[in-house]
Amino acid sequence: MIGQILAQHRLAFSLVTGRMRRAPLALLMMIAVIGVTLSLPAMLYVALENIQRLAGGFHTAPQISLFLAMNAPEEQIKEIDAQLRKHKDVASYRFVGRNNAWQEMQQNTGLAEIAGGLEQNPLPDAYVVETKSGDPAVIERMQQEMQQWSGIEHAQLDAAWIKRLHGLLELGNKLVLVIAGLLGFALLITTGNSIRLQIATQQEEIALSRLIGATDRFIRRPFLYAGTLYGIGGGFAALLILASAVWLFNESVADLARLYASDFHLIMPTADISLALVGGSALLGWIGSYVAVNRALADIESY
Amino acid sequence: MIKFDRVGKLYPGGYEALKNLSFEIEKGELVFVTGHSGAGKSTLLKLIAALERPTAGTVLIGNQNVSKLRRAAVPFLRRKFGLVFQDHKLLYDRTVFDNVALPLHINGVVGHEAGKRIRAALDKVGLLNREKAMPITLSGGEQQRLAIARAVVSRPAIMIADEPTANLDETYASEIMKLFHSFHQVGVTVLIATHDAHGSAEFGGRTLHLEQGELR
Repeated sequence: MIGQILAQHRLAFSLVTGRMRRAPLALLMMIAVIGVTLSLPAMLYVALENIQRLAGGFHTAPQISLFLAMNAPEEQIKEIDAQLRKHKDVASYRFVGRNNAWQEMQQNTGLAEIAGGLEQNPLPDAYVVETKSGDPAVIERMQQEMQQWSGIEHAQLDAAWIKRLHGLLELGNKLVLVIAGLLGFALLITTGNSIRLQIATQQEEIALSRLIGATDRFIRRPFLYAGTLYGIGGGFAALLILASAVWLFNESVADLARLYASDFHLIMPTADISLALVGGSALLGWIGSYVAVNRALADIESY
Repeated sequence: MIKFDRVGKLYPGGYEALKNLSFEIEKGELVFVTGHSGAGKSTLLKLIAALERPTAGTVLIGNQNVSKLRRAAVPFLRRKFGLVFQDHKLLYDRTVFDNVALPLHINGVVGHEAGKRIRAALDKVGLLNREKAMPITLSGGEQQRLAIARAVVSRPAIMIADEPTANLDETYASEIMKLFHSFHQVGVTVLIATHDAHGSAEFGGRTLHLEQGELR
């Protein structure tokens, strides 16, 4: 029984591959159309992925400045120091004594004038804390936590820009989803239409097969294989286009990064993305042909 | 084997092809359905082969009521029949061999076993040496024999032929009729629709004569 089912599938498969071999140009065009269509959202996705990685590399940037109360006692500073040392989210921290800060301010060309107008040092002692995570939510939580520590007058966080960046990336992600959805729908129509044309050329065979006892499943099978194979071929084509694009761009990106003393470079699509691309493409092909065949079967319904 | 009980077929638009038809065909019988064109011969065969449903009465094939059959069960009933169509319905985009292979593939018979049965069927109709030919290169008689090979390859219990000799000259026609007779002799129930009645006398067998959708 299982052997028979397998044989049936082998039969449909070889029928389809035979037809494809006889019309290689049509096959190539179909694969190219799917490949190009899918490569667009895939490229966007990989670009975003890379930007996200780059943004993740900025984790030295988000800082929390802890301003202590004026004339905070020595033991309180020690306590804060200890708390910072054992905090799991703190990457590093640095104490800025008020006298040092005052000197720095007086030496700073822009600020010296203002400092000169002041009679005494208005600056408190401070800590500059660098966080391990670049996630704005985590940083914000840390800021709120540290604000509660005794002796901390004000915990200041400059995370607005990183919030903005993450917001933009989020927007980008949604954009990729929308574009992928729209193009996926277009692919569904493309495959469906191509299968519909194939059905039209095999109308006689389908009608005859029905008359002599073929089930819908039997009639559908080769077309489903055709759609799925188109999808798989198109998925691989998209992957190829994507990899070439990354490879092509990488040289310029690496050059640019070198100017900024960074070894940043684009990473190739990962295995799970590749698999998702080919798998999703195959699924779209299958659905597209399934819909097309069912519509055609309903049209030539005779009984 | 086949039982019609007060069967009627009314086509949309009001054309009544068959009226109140009752008859029975035993297993292994050879039956000629005769009558002028338009008398309802084709409709009768289509009702038997489950290609159409009756609008009145019941059609029993074996013990199955065709009128009440679920849609999904219809293909399996159709596989019991070997159909020879008036217009052959050959597939011209594939070889003689592949034409005969289609019913076997539908039945799930593939590979070596299928090859054996296809060649046996082609041998039976005298087309064994043409298996790689395209149907378009065959003569009218050969095309009809190919259609017959396709009808018998899955060893149906019932063969149904609609005007199988309509477009053939005398010699070819009698060849074809002999072929059907040989199937009858090995126990296959054979139904043949034909507009000329003299074939039936030659081979014995029963005649159902239709006139304007009624048995006479």
